[in-house]
Amino acid sequence: MSNALDGLKVDKVHVWRGDRHVLQGVSIEVHPRDLLHVSGPNGTGKTTLLRVMSGLLRPEQGSVSWRGQSIVTQRTEYQAALAYAAHEPALKGDLTALENLHFSVGLKRRTTAAELRAALDRAGVAACAELPARVLSAGQRRRVSLARVLAMRASVWLLDEPYANLDAAGSEMVSELLQAHVAEGGLALVVAHRDLALRCPVRRLELNS
Amino acid sequence: MTVGAWEAFFLVIHRELCLSFRRPEQLFQPLVFFLIVTTLFPLGLSLQLSALRDIAPGVLWVAALLSSLLSLDSLFKSDADDGTLEQLALSGQGLTLIVVAKTCAHWLVTGLALVIVSPVVATALGIPTSAFATMMLSLALGTLTLSWLGAIGAGLTIGLRRGNVLLSLIVLPLATPLLIFGAAATDRAISEASTAGAVYFLAALCVFTCTLAPWAATAALRITLE
Repeated sequence: MSNALDGLKVDKVHVWRGDRHVLQGVSIEVHPRDLLHVSGPNGTGKTTLLRVMSGLLRPEQGSVSWRGQSIVTQRTEYQAALAYAAHEPALKGDLTALENLHFSVGLKRRTTAAELRAALDRAGVAACAELPARVLSAGQRRRVSLARVLAMRASVWLLDEPYANLDAAGSEMVSELLQAHVAEGGLALVVAHRDLALRCPVRRLELNS
Repeated sequence: MTVGAWEAFFLVIHRELCLSFRRPEQLFQPLVFFLIVTTLFPLGLSLQLSALRDIAPGVLWVAALLSSLLSLDSLFKSDADDGTLEQLALSGQGLTLIVVAKTCAHWLVTGLALVIVSPVVATALGIPTSAFATMMLSLALGTLTLSWLGAIGAGLTIGLRRGNVLLSLIVLPLATPLLIFGAAATDRAISEASTAGAVYFLAALCVFTCTLAPWAATAALRITLE
């Protein structure tokens, strides 16, 4: 087991959405080389948990820390190590797939067009690099958003339904990417309704209402 | 290798300009609105050129404020709708820098464009060429201030379905000093009086909003992102 300071720690997090107490004292630890599969019925706060862990949403109570320090006090360092893929692919329809990657990954680290094309290739959408995102299918858009995660070269992956809209080959590709990421020492937290058929060990967190 | 703040700033500006030029109709809408509104006044009022010159500063400024306002709604909304705002917020560059870059890009494609076409409109309204420099300077300061005020309003209203109505209600009262001093500067330039007081006041307002509005707009965006 890795050192507790290396990973991501969620400590007794409470979040209310209006009158609804969505997250009720959730505590988890994810270490490098860990893959945590978050599942549960709709409306149990899976996406909310991911947003709290990304730092987009501040919990009313509790804290999220990375490498032993709160993510609020080291926002820049944490965000540099973070790749967050929300349920929406977060692409600008008027920009090409390559430009979408260039303008989002380029804010995190210096990249070259060749690196970005390689990421698109790994995600299986190399042929779509020059196409505007609005003409891509939902599955292709999902693949471009996964290529963005790859190109960020982040150690922390927070993925919300990465299997959505993907065909069998696409699902296999996501599983391969997750396994490779964990094998390289990264940590990943995946929200998914389906079972993750992975060769690496998967920890599971079931959220209930 | 990490990306420096200036590099990130210019990358966001590049992104915004790319997006604007891919949608020329959005780019030209405020300009066309500006040209049409200022052309309708002389047609509707059938005034002599001297009388038209008297109302020209007011017409020019009201049209400029309203046309800048037209595009403010989309400042953050489209990014919020497609999820790219979250990616920008998590880019490791600080949301304030993103807000500053986006607002500057917004001014370049609306405010600066209005300043550039304003001599055409001014000629049609009978404003003498000697007043053009003051008019363009005051319009540049005024539209930049309005972009900053608008960034706060746009940040507060992106989560709302009819946010543009509320945005106008928030921004237009705050823009009243711009209208008063902007029109006064142009008016005084036409009558060849000293314009320094009005222009300095506009410059002070511009510096004030440039300094404080980025923080206010960032705070507004953070609330909305949650």
